[in-house]
Amino acid sequence: MELLENYWLYFLVGQFPNGPLGGLALTILLGAGALLLAMPLGVLLGLARVSHSRWLRWPVTALVYVVRGTPLLMVVFWAYFFLPSLTGQKTGQFATMLAALVIFNGAYLAEIVRAGIQGVPRGQWESAQSLGLRYVSTMRRVILPQALRNMLPSLVNQFVTTLKETSLGYIIGLSEVSFIASQINNQVLTQPLAIYGIAALTYFLICFGLSRLSYSLEARLNA
Amino acid sequence: MSQFDFSVVLTGEFRHWLVSGFLLSLKLTGITWLLALPLGSGIALCRLSSVTALRWFGATFVEVIRNIPLLMHLLFWYFAVPELLPWPARDWLNTHGAESICAVIALTLYTAAYMAEDVRSGIRAVPATQLEAARALGFGFLASMRRIVLPQAIRITVPPLISQTLSLWKNTSIATVIGTAELMYQAQRVETATFRGVETFVVTTVAYLSVSLLITAGAVWYQRRFPVRAS
Amino acid sequence: MIEFRGVNKYFGKLHALADVNETIARGEVVVVCGPSGSGKSTLIRTINRLEPIDSGQILLDGRDIHSRGLDVDRFRAGIGFVFQQFNLFPHLRVIDNCTLAPIHLGRLSPAEARDQALELLERVGLADKAQAFPRELSGGQQQRVAIARALALRPPVMLFDEPTSALDPEMVSEVLLVIRDLAHQGMTMVCVTHEMGFAREVADRMLFMDHGKILERAAPADFFDHPQHPRTQKFLADIRSPFA
Repeated sequence: MELLENYWLYFLVGQFPNGPLGGLALTILLGAGALLLAMPLGVLLGLARVSHSRWLRWPVTALVYVVRGTPLLMVVFWAYFFLPSLTGQKTGQFATMLAALVIFNGAYLAEIVRAGIQGVPRGQWESAQSLGLRYVSTMRRVILPQALRNMLPSLVNQFVTTLKETSLGYIIGLSEVSFIASQINNQVLTQPLAIYGIAALTYFLICFGLSRLSYSLEARLNA
Repeated sequence: MSQFDFSVVLTGEFRHWLVSGFLLSLKLTGITWLLALPLGSGIALCRLSSVTALRWFGATFVEVIRNIPLLMHLLFWYFAVPELLPWPARDWLNTHGAESICAVIALTLYTAAYMAEDVRSGIRAVPATQLEAARALGFGFLASMRRIVLPQAIRITVPPLISQTLSLWKNTSIATVIGTAELMYQAQRVETATFRGVETFVVTTVAYLSVSLLITAGAVWYQRRFPVRAS
Repeated sequence: MIEFRGVNKYFGKLHALADVNETIARGEVVVVCGPSGSGKSTLIRTINRLEPIDSGQILLDGRDIHSRGLDVDRFRAGIGFVFQQFNLFPHLRVIDNCTLAPIHLGRLSPAEARDQALELLERVGLADKAQAFPRELSGGQQQRVAIARALALRPPVMLFDEPTSALDPEMVSEVLLVIRDLAHQGMTMVCVTHEMGFAREVADRMLFMDHGKILERAAPADFFDHPQHPRTQKFLADIRSPFA
C-alpha cells in the first residue's frame, strides 16, 4: 500500500535522525526503560510492604493505595506540570512520561513483589533462620531470588501493560505510536481506518507476542 | 509560587465544570459497567462452549481487544469508524454527543474483554463435576450454567470484578483524548483558565481517589463478608 | 546441656507443651516419640526458638535462650536443625546450599567453606552430587544434603524433626544410617521420629510425649520391653502393626 511505503520509516522511528526518536522505537524504549527503572523501586516498596516494622509498612501501603487509586493520566499531568519546578529545568515529554510511568508501575510492581515474596514457602524462611542467617541475608540470598523467579510471568505481563500505557504520551504530545498515527492521519486525512488499523495491529502483534511468552514462561516454571 | 487558593477552583463556574465532569465520569462508569458485564459474561461462555467457532470467536475477541491500548480504541472509534457510516448516521452522531457514545463503546468493549477473563476463571474454578452432575440430571448446557455453575462462580468472580470496576473508573479519564467532557477533560480546562495547577489537580486527584477508595473498601468488605469457601 | 524448666506453650486454646521439665546431657542421643499432636515437633522447635514459649525457661549450657541480650541468629547458628521437608534452597546448587551459611556468617572463606562442604558431602555419601540442583535429587539424597548443610556450621547439637517421615520407604535407611553415624561420633542429638527400630539401636534415652506432657523416660531396652505408663503401652501396641 502506498500509505505504508510513504510512512513506514516515520512510523517506526519518528523523525530520527533529523529529530528526536519517535514511533515504535520510542514506544519500546519508553516501555522497557520505564519497567527497568520501576523494578528497583518496586522491589524496595515491596520489601517495605512485608517488613516487620509498621513505620515502614503503613506509609508505603498508603502510598501504594493512593497511586493505584489514581488514573495514570493524572500522574502524567502531575509530572508534566510539576517536574519542571522540581528539577529546575524544562522537562521534555519523554522524561515526563518516563517519570510518571516509573512511579505508577513502581506501585504496581510493589504488589507483585509482595505477592512473590509471600509465595515463597515458609520452610525456606525457617531453614535460613535455623542456619543463623540474618533477615537481610535471608531476603537477599534465599527469598528474593526465588520470589523474582516466580514473578517472571507477572513481570512480562506488566511489561505488556507498560507498553500500552506509553500510548498516553499522545496527550502530552510525545511522538509515540498513537501520536504518530494521528499525525499521519492529519496529513493524509482520507484513510483513518487504515492508519489507525495499522497502529492498532502493531500494538497487538507486540503485546500478543509478549503475552504468549509470559504464558510459556509460566508453563515452564510450573513444570 | 504564590499562595494556594483552593476557593478559585471550588466555587462558581470552575466548580461547576469540575462537578459536571465528575458526574459524567460516574455516568460513563455506570453505563459501561452495565453493558460490559453481560457482554463479558457472554464472551466467557463462548470461550467455554463446546462449539469451536464460538470458542475461537471468544478467544480472538479477548486477545485482540486486550492487546491494544484503550487510547487506541478511543481514537479508532471516534476518528476511524464514523468514516464508514453513511452521512445521516454521522450527522446524528455528531449532534448527539459522539464523544460520549464513542467513549462508551470503546470502554465497554475494553472492559468486557477483561471481565470475560475474570468470569471465565471464576467458572473454571467451580469443579467440572458440578456441571457433569447437572447435565446428568438432564439440564442443558445453558440451564446447567445458569442454575448450578454460575451462582457458585459468582462468589469467586466478585473480587476480580471489583478490581476491574476500579480500573474502569480510572480508565474513563482517557476519554478526554476524544473530547469527552469527563473529569480529566474539565480539570485541564480549569487549569488552562485559572493557571492554578496545584489546586485543580489536588481537587481532581481527591475526587478520583474518593471513588477508588470506596470501591477498594467495597472489595475488602466483600471478602470479609463472603469469603471463598473451599468445598 | 539443654534444659527445660517448667515450659508451657499454647496454640490458642491448645496446650501444646504442658509443664515440661527435662535435661539433655552433652553427647546424649534422645529420641522423642508419641502420637500426632503430642507436642513432639513443638518441643524440638522451641529449642532453637522457631517456636516461642509462653512460660518457663529453656537453657543451653546454662544460659537462658530467651534472655534479652541474646543474638538470636548467632544462637541458631550454634544449633543444627534438620526439617521433615528438607527445605533445601532450590535456586542454589547442592554445594552452595552447604557453603551459604559459613561464608555469610563470616566463619569461613569461600575456599575453606567449599573444602568443608565437599568433606561433609563425602561423609553423607553425596560428594558426586555437589554441582547438582536439589530438584535433580531424590528425597533421601536431599535430606542427606540437608544434614550436611546443618553440619557445615559445626554445631555442638543437632535437632531432627521427623527426618524420614516425608520419604518413600526405600530411602529411609540411607538417611538413618547417616544419623546413626553422627550419633556414634558423639554428637548431642534430639530426634523426633517414628522409626522405632532406629530408636532402639541409636538412642541413649527415649521420651514419650502425649498431649504436651512427657509421660515416660527410659533407656530404649526398658522403654520398648517394659513400658510403665498405660499410654506408652497403648502407643507401642498400636504401632506394632498387625500387618508387620
